[in-house]
Order: sequence, then structure tokens, then C-alpha cells
Amino acid sequence: MVGFRRLAAVLPVLTSLALVGCASDGGGVQSQKIATIKGRGTLVCGVDGKLPGFSFVKPDGSYSGLDVDVCKAVAAALFGDPAKVDYRDLNSSERFAALASGEVDLLSRNTTLTLSRDASGGNGLSFAPTTFYDGQGVMVPASSGIQSLKDLAGKPICVESGTTTELNLADRMREINAPYTPLKFQTGDQTYAAYLQGRCVAVTSDRSQLAAKRTSFPIPAAHTLLPDVLSKEPLTPATVNADPAWADAVRWTIYSLMQAEELGITQANVTAKVAEAKANPNLADLRRFLGVEGDFGKQLGLPPDFVVKAISAVGNYGEVFERNVGSGSKLNLERGLNRQWKEGGLIYSPPFR
Amino acid sequence: MVPFAVQAAAGLLVLVIVAFLLGNLVRNLTAAGLLLSWSWLDNPAGFDLAESSIPFSASQPYWLALLAGLVNTLKVVVVGLVGATLLGTVVGSAAFSTNGLLKRVARSYVELVRNIPLLLQLVFWYFVVFLALPNGADAIQLPGIVLAKSGLYLGWFGEGWQWQLPHLQEGVWQAPLRLTVEFGALLTGLVVYTAAFIAEVVRGGIAAVPQGQWEAARSLGFSPLVTLRRIVMPQALRVIVPGLNSQYISLAKNSSLAVACGYTDLYSVAETTLNQTGRAVEVVVLLLGSYLVIDLLISALMNGLNAAVQLKDR
Repeated sequence: MVGFRRLAAVLPVLTSLALVGCASDGGGVQSQKIATIKGRGTLVCGVDGKLPGFSFVKPDGSYSGLDVDVCKAVAAALFGDPAKVDYRDLNSSERFAALASGEVDLLSRNTTLTLSRDASGGNGLSFAPTTFYDGQGVMVPASSGIQSLKDLAGKPICVESGTTTELNLADRMREINAPYTPLKFQTGDQTYAAYLQGRCVAVTSDRSQLAAKRTSFPIPAAHTLLPDVLSKEPLTPATVNADPAWADAVRWTIYSLMQAEELGITQANVTAKVAEAKANPNLADLRRFLGVEGDFGKQLGLPPDFVVKAISAVGNYGEVFERNVGSGSKLNLERGLNRQWKEGGLIYSPPFR
Repeated sequence: MVPFAVQAAAGLLVLVIVAFLLGNLVRNLTAAGLLLSWSWLDNPAGFDLAESSIPFSASQPYWLALLAGLVNTLKVVVVGLVGATLLGTVVGSAAFSTNGLLKRVARSYVELVRNIPLLLQLVFWYFVVFLALPNGADAIQLPGIVLAKSGLYLGWFGEGWQWQLPHLQEGVWQAPLRLTVEFGALLTGLVVYTAAFIAEVVRGGIAAVPQGQWEAARSLGFSPLVTLRRIVMPQALRVIVPGLNSQYISLAKNSSLAVACGYTDLYSVAETTLNQTGRAVEVVVLLLGSYLVIDLLISALMNGLNAAVQLKDR
């Protein structure tokens, strides 16, 4: 029952906290989480599951999308096999409890990085690098004649509960002094169903999500995005605060995809690049990055060639983007802020040193 | 003496286990930085509510938002209890009607409704029935009453006791009295579902009254309706009331399914609060406490009613 789902998600936390003794390991490089995942043989990854381009179940039952590729890259880095992932579909309000209770190892579910979610006194998550810089938008029926946020005064707006979108909407509408009725639903499906049924004159969410959902509407062209961008929404994978070593492993696996794009390493040429690095001892940067020399993998608790495995599995960041949400997809989103820093975007991997 | 010692030992064991679990819980919550704290209740909520019976805006604190949610829950529970009781009594009594059609309709209703999950029924009422209503100028209009996709609007005394009729303003209906479709869908779902169970309780209660009572009343010249009201029902109530109690409690608990149709009940507000504050344990404790108190209150009232309808020695 939906009504008790929240409770069901929280109870395991309480029970496990009550049952587990005072198990405190001394910290250090050893990660409890990585050991658990390796012992289990699969990575459990929390995703949305219903968002085309980010995480979506294909007709054959397999998952695809940008968020899914993050899971695959991490699984490849750990096991050398991107298929060793168990996906869990989570809605907005379940996701943090599922992560905190250890039900999922990694949350890769278009989640906005915010202070209160990061802080130990808040949700207490540990965020990886942002994989998609987004902003909140508003979608209205093209025939409604609504041009801007101001036109929404006094009207009902559909929003998914438990999202930053809900708060941003409240803030922006207060700023322009426009009263409105927020109709909140627990799942994205209900939210968009109510919008399509005409209960709300607008639906608000991340612009990428609106664009993605629109592709599955009966007549996508009948809906338009307002030009207003309500907020910054850096969508970011997350792990629990309690295991910094595991968080580092995830962080640097994601950075490796970004660094690979910067270095021009692709899914197609990665094997050739490894051969090149092995043949030429002078390419020190490349040799370290691909794990031919040095011990980056060991420092993170990962295999030495984790970067090669991740790139072979999903390609570099640019390839992941274009395949799932960019020109190679129905969404056809611009790279925009998600270009490499050298091209004026925000995608920037710190040095692999 | 021996049974007492065994019971005392068993009781002690339970206490030790509970103390161990609680101690562990507190210790681990402290270690995880999750020790209960309530100061966040005074922070501004920052979100708006779709409907509230008490004045509320985003700049007001969380506790007021939760209170507004609680009032909304109570609203739907109280109206739902009355509605479900009326409908359930009518349907339950109809099983004894001499009219064959009425009898069959009542039976089919009970069998159809109680065998479909409530969540599905709520989704059906909201997305299929209520959201299919016409909107704006096409809304169903009767004198003083407008039924639109956004809700039911009634004429009433507005500011300065001026009689006001529902009117369309920039494509949105306005009226002094308004019930939203979300409330309507939840109420309809709860009433229709619970009434089916209440009907069975009522039918059982009436069936428990000996046939001879009906016959005696008829021989004294009472009409069937008067017989039911004056002779059968007072006796049937002794059987009905305890059964009603659990149905009422179910209705109160089932109201938390409101999220399925977008109604701003306590659960919905609590969920938003939880996600924004991250205070999962505190919010869940508040939720558990609230529903427990509502249900215990219903129980207490029904126990009072039960005592009142039982046989008394005079």
C-alpha cells in the first residue's frame, strides 16, 4: 500500500540500527561497502526507471539511460562487468531512505545536489560529481496561451512531492507574488497523468525530465516549455556519508569518464590507447590514467585497470550523453552546460595524479 | 507459585530484550547523528498546501503545515464516517427488502466493491471519474452549484454576508464554498469501500434478531419500516456496534491512501516535510502517534456507544 511505503522504507533502518551492535570499524582505506558489494557479486543501484534518457526499462526488460550508464560504469570498475547491476526503481520520496538503509549501494536517480541533502545534519548523503547540469522548467499545453510564470497566478500546478522542484516553485511564485495551488503527487506517473487529464494547467520539473516525459505523451508537440528557468538543478549520483572510501571509488569512476572525453579516449579506441600507453613509457599521464603504471586503482580499493573497464563498458562522458539524451536520442538535448570545460561547459575532471 | 515464577521470568526476558533493542537504537542513532530533535518544527516550511482549512502559507512553520494536514485528514475521516454509515446501513438493510431487485443490487454492490483493492478504487475515482469532468465554461452548472474538473463550487455568504454565486474568473471557478476533486475522489472512494463492509456488519446484526420478532411486530400491525426502526434495529445494534468499530478504524487508517489522488492529508504533508528536513524518524514517530490517537479516539467513542446500546437491567 502506497500509504505505508514510507514507513516500510524507514522501518528497516530502525530495525537494523536496533539489531546491529555497536559495530565501528577503525576507518582507513578498507571500505565495508566495497567488501559487501564484492561479496554479493552485484552492485545494487537505485534509479528512477521511468524517465526516458536517464533510466528507462526497454521492451526487452533491460535498463538504459544516462543514470543507468553511471551504474554500469561503476559495476564495470568493480567487477569488470557492466551487467553485474541490480536495479531498484525508487520514487522521489523513497530514495533517501533506501540509500540510508543500505537497500541500494548507489543512488543514480536524477537527484539534485543541495546543502541539506549533503549535510550530516540533513539527509547526510555523499555526492559524486554532477553528471547532468539541469534547471527547473515549467511545461504547459501549447494551446493554453500561457507565456510566463506570471500567467500561472491563481492556477493549479502539478508537482511531484518530495522534490526540490516543489520548494523552488513555492519560492519563485512567492517572489513574483502570484498565489497558486500546488497539486502534489507521490509518483511522476501520477503527476503527469493529472496534468494530461487537465487537472493542472502546468507541470513543473527539471527541464530535461519534462523534455524526456514529453516524448512519451500522446502528442508531444501539443506541449511547450516556458522560457523561465526556475532554479539550478545539478543532478548528481550519491552514496551514504558513512563510507568515504566507497564514495571516492564512485567519484573517481565518474571522473574517469569525463577525463576520458577530455583526452579523446572513446569506447572504440580505448584498447588501442592501452596498447599505445604500454608501448611508450614516455606517456606517463596516459599510463597512470589507464592503470598501466602507478596504483590509483589500489588507492581506491578498485582493480588497477578500473578506468579501462569503465570506458569499455559505457564510453566516455560525451558518448554517454549523446547516446542517452543528446543527438543520438529522442530527447535531442543540447550539451549546453554539460560541455567539457575547454568548450565552455561545466564538465571538469580534477587531475588523475 | 510455579506459574507465577514462569510468567515473571518470561516478562523479565521480554523487558530485557526491549531494553537491549531500545538501548541499541539510541546508541546507533546517536552514532549516526540521527538522535531525535524537534527544533526543526519551528522552521518555515517553505512549501504551499493545495488546500487547508486553517490559514497557511509557505513562510509558516512545519508544525502548522502538519497541523493543517491533520485537520484535512480529520475532515475526510469525519465526513467519511457519516457517509459510510448512512450508505452502509441502507445497503445492509436492503438485503432484507421484499423487493428482489433492490436486494440483488445491494448484494452485487457489496461483492463488487469489497473484492477490489481500495488503492485501485481511489485511482479509478480520481483519474477516471472525477478528472473526466468538464472544465472552465463547460462545467456542469446548476443554480448555485457548479461541478468542474477542479472541484464542487457552492453559492454561500461571502464577505459581509453577501450571497455569492460561483463565478468564472480568468478561466478558474471561484466560490465561497468549495470542495476540491481530490477531496471528492478520496471521500467517494472511502465511503463506497467502507460502506460495503458496514453493510455486511449491519446485515449480520439484523439477521441475528430472531425471526419471531418480525412476525410478532407484523401481528401487532407495525409496518416493515417501523418494525425495522423500532423493534429490530435497537436489538441489532448490540451486534452491529462492535463490528462498526473496526470498520471506522479502517476508514481512518485508509485515509492515508490520499496520496494516490493528490489530497493534502497528514501523510502527504509529512512526506514532503520528511524529504525536506531529512528527519525521517521524528516525522514517522509523529505520523504513528497521530494515527494511533485518531484510532484510539474512535475506539473510545465506539466503546461508549457500545455500552449505551447494550441490554440494561432495570
